[in-house]
Amino acid sequence: MSPLVALFVRDVRLAVRVGGGGGIGVLFFLIVVTLTPFAIGPDLALLGRIGPAILWLGALLASLLTLDRLLAADHEDGSLDLILMAETPLELAVAAKALAHWMTTGLPLVAATPLLGLFLNLDAAASAAVALTLLAGTPALTFIGLIGAALSVALRRGGLLLAVLVLPLTVPVLIFGVAASNAAIVGPLPFGTPFTILCALTLTSLVVGTFAAAAALRHGME
Amino acid sequence: MAVVELANPSRFLALAERLLPWLAGAALIGFAAGLLLVHGAPDDYQQGATVKIMFIHVPAAWLGMAGWGLMSVAALGTLVWRHPLADVAAKAAAPIGAAFTFLCLVTGSLWGRPMWGTYWVWDARLTSVLVLFLMYLGVMALWRTVEDPSRAARAAAVLALVGAINLPIIKFSVDWWNTLHQPASVVRLAGPAIHPSILLPLMVMAFAFLLLFAALHVAAMRNEILRRRVRALMLMQAQAAPGSRP
Repeated sequence: MSPLVALFVRDVRLAVRVGGGGGIGVLFFLIVVTLTPFAIGPDLALLGRIGPAILWLGALLASLLTLDRLLAADHEDGSLDLILMAETPLELAVAAKALAHWMTTGLPLVAATPLLGLFLNLDAAASAAVALTLLAGTPALTFIGLIGAALSVALRRGGLLLAVLVLPLTVPVLIFGVAASNAAIVGPLPFGTPFTILCALTLTSLVVGTFAAAAALRHGME
Repeated sequence: MAVVELANPSRFLALAERLLPWLAGAALIGFAAGLLLVHGAPDDYQQGATVKIMFIHVPAAWLGMAGWGLMSVAALGTLVWRHPLADVAAKAAAPIGAAFTFLCLVTGSLWGRPMWGTYWVWDARLTSVLVLFLMYLGVMALWRTVEDPSRAARAAAVLALVGAINLPIIKFSVDWWNTLHQPASVVRLAGPAIHPSILLPLMVMAFAFLLLFAALHVAAMRNEILRRRVRALMLMQAQAAPGSRP
């Protein structure tokens, strides 16, 4: 098993066994979606109109809150130093970790979307559209969050700083994700236009996030 | 004096002490000349005298973006060329750029109320400038949260380079999207679309603002160098204190 694959499998195993990943992310997603009608009121028509936006915001916040598990835990027990000193290129190593993080945190959010769409009065087609855009967009959220995680890895009270750094960078993903969902539900834009831009954002973040995070780790560790 | 000699902080401090009064004086003269020209500029046929908010709003916007550009170049200086004062330049530029961006947002909002009927609208230009402001606050928070200045410098340098993607988005937002904010009138391929009677005061005010930015930036860099010296002295004093060594 190559070192990269071993790192990937390790991260997936840790996320599944130790917890603090997929399960609690979905639980937080559920709580956010449940809180919204308390704040907005039970008007089903209104909830249906803003449903995609609420789902996207919930997924964004759930991704954000699980990000400190990505690198900080490894920094605390010293594994991050080993990863930095290994022969495997640091960019590939952080990419493998981010991929494992997305599979254990982002994918469960996507899987939970159809059920949560029911709470927001979204019909099956609308929920499917939102789930598809989340599937295309959550990798972007993970990889952009990777930058913030790498920048704040050694900070003791870095949690809110991580959010402050990451959230402005995720604004385009949010805009195009919701635009694509609404295009599929009500039109008049064709679904393809914002969706392809969303996919482009994800692909760009795969590259930029990996290289920026590796640079931040290299320069940030003493 | 070559640029490389300015890498020595003491030399830079000496230059800053000599330069600062001239920059401040030049900025004052620039503002005096600019405000005189603004006073003499004609009113807009539609907006009346309200159009003169532009003479503050547009230079503030340009400098807010230029501040982040300066931080990006300084970030390259820190990460690639290891210039000793690059991170001082970046740290000094962040609050000034944030202040100009804030000024741009506020003057724009006050201008929008009589002209558009609203203080705020979520179009591409206003949203991207607001995101720039939030990123400024983020990088300032990062500087203050990491305790070691050189580690903070490298982290902030990476963040400055990542955030630089926002600058072309702001510039071309009025071309790429349908915005309430007007399209580009000055920096365009076809040349400025503004009459010289308004373009000249705008350029003079922009230059005056630039001199103000330079003066504030040099002063802030000087303060940051002195602050780091104080920190080093305090560390040395703490180490030399009796009983501090086991």
